[in-house]
Amino acid sequence: MIAPKRVLTDEMVAKIEALAPRYPNRRALTLPALHIVNAELRHVPMEAVVEIAQVLGLAPAEVQDTLTFYQFFHQEKPHGAVRAFVCRSVSCALRGGDHLLEHLCRANGIPPYGTTADGSLTIEPAECLGACDFAPCILANDDLLKNMTPEAAEAELKKPRARAT
Amino acid sequence: MTPFKPVLLEAVGVPDGHSIASYKSRGGYAPLEKALAEKQPVDVVEMVKSSGLRGRGGAGFSTGLKWTFLPKDHPGPIYLCINADESEPGTFNNRILMEDDPHQVIEGIILSSYATRASTAYIYLRYEYPQSWHRLQAAIDEAYAAGYLGKNIRGTNFSLDVYLHRGAAAYICGEETGLIESLEGKRAWPRIKPPFPAIEGLFRKPTVVNNIETMACVAQIARRGIDWFKSIGVPADPANPRDPGSYGPKLYCLSGHVEKPGCYEAPLGITARQLIDQFGGGVWKGRKAKAVIPGGISMGLMTESELDTPLDFAGPGKVGCLGLGTAAVVVIDDQTSIVDFLHNSCRFFAHESCGQCTPCREGTSWSLRMLERIKAGQGRLRDLDLLLEIGNTMGMMPGSTICGLADGAAWPIKNAIKKFRGEFEDYIKRTNPSGWMVTDPVPALQIVGAH
Repeated sequence: MIAPKRVLTDEMVAKIEALAPRYPNRRALTLPALHIVNAELRHVPMEAVVEIAQVLGLAPAEVQDTLTFYQFFHQEKPHGAVRAFVCRSVSCALRGGDHLLEHLCRANGIPPYGTTADGSLTIEPAECLGACDFAPCILANDDLLKNMTPEAAEAELKKPRARAT
Repeated sequence: MTPFKPVLLEAVGVPDGHSIASYKSRGGYAPLEKALAEKQPVDVVEMVKSSGLRGRGGAGFSTGLKWTFLPKDHPGPIYLCINADESEPGTFNNRILMEDDPHQVIEGIILSSYATRASTAYIYLRYEYPQSWHRLQAAIDEAYAAGYLGKNIRGTNFSLDVYLHRGAAAYICGEETGLIESLEGKRAWPRIKPPFPAIEGLFRKPTVVNNIETMACVAQIARRGIDWFKSIGVPADPANPRDPGSYGPKLYCLSGHVEKPGCYEAPLGITARQLIDQFGGGVWKGRKAKAVIPGGISMGLMTESELDTPLDFAGPGKVGCLGLGTAAVVVIDDQTSIVDFLHNSCRFFAHESCGQCTPCREGTSWSLRMLERIKAGQGRLRDLDLLLEIGNTMGMMPGSTICGLADGAAWPIKNAIKKFRGEFEDYIKRTNPSGWMVTDPVPALQIVGAH
């Protein structure tokens, strides 16, 4: 019999276990575990949900329930190497946030939440990024792009970036 | 009057101001050492209570009073949760504090944990703040190394662990029981209260949830004293025995159509006009303000003529706004359509409603669909009354929802339509000349995939 292929690496499981002493029960590790897997795989496929549930001693449905509540975790396919959150909330919208989002989607030929064919970029509308002093702004992986014009943002999002932590 | 000198923002612009060495050179951690050596936990509670500090997260509840709701002589554990899920549109003061002066926040957390007898504190940090995450983690590591965190702090029998816990981009996690549910690994559905978190909170144990800026205030009260804190702000109204006053410095986030957006520290009670003119360099491009959000989008709108309202805990309510909220002031200039503003607001709340209570889930999504239709030139005057009906019936105040998200969604609708009804009517009549007077039910243009 061939052993089923595991999605979670030993390293991911070790990272999850390292956080266990922080919480009085293992269910509280759900969000940290989802983040650990997502940081590596850029999505959390259903197989990973089942394996996280096994590690945490939960039903897969419990992990899936939490995952789907937070729109943050993609499940079907990985997001791009650069994941750009374009703020559309009030302070950015007043300074051209919606226009920025539209321009970037058109320039890259993808709809909002879409990923380019080469997997280099995902563009997602975001609610307030908490950087209204630099509106309109974009969070690209760990980098906050401040006071963006459509042209500057287009150029910025072509650059390679360190992965999100 | 001597000009007000920033205290909470003291470290902003100081090279390496986020390091423990810089913080200690400015007098940091000495108050903590003194408190641990000389004060009992109950003394720290009393200090914060008598300072009049009210929570900076939005609700403005007395911090010291909140701590006294914890059961006496509880065997423990008692938890402290720090709400760093700053997601209210327009708000970024906590980000500045965490990035530029994380030790001020941590000293406040240690003092508050000592006061509440908590031995574990979780900082629930929103995902969108990677820089805060790194700065806070580095500061926590420094505090452990310096013996301010861990077992038997400074030789006392007080021990404390502080952990960072990351959210995943959901506004509702800023609601204290939503935050608790999320920390427990579940969907962030707010709990029905009572029981309040002080009795049964995180992991079903007594829990206090406080905001980041509140923690910074606790550190400053310990350093500078109650009298200093009470000398700033707006005293309690003697004619109103239920007014606890608005004491202390406050971080105001100014954004939108101003020349110089930023986070500015001022005594509680500064007016929106002073803030815009003295700190923000005026409304941008020499224009006039049409409306101003007083404290995050859920607080509603002030008109230009209401800009002299003091931004203390009692002020915005006097002009029909929900309250001071997070003191995030967003300026909307006179060239901006109020229809566009309300559409933006409704889109936000439709996206962020957690879906637990039907009036909020349906109310926010239907108000967005109506705004979509109005913007598409198919509005009817009757829609304004329907929007008001939604606004008047969803929320904790009409008693139809568990948490205040729906009140926050309702307030911009109610304020915008009541204060700018003429503009809505003009827009609807101009864009729908043949149908604005129709009162029959109409189907929505399209199903908005809000959730």
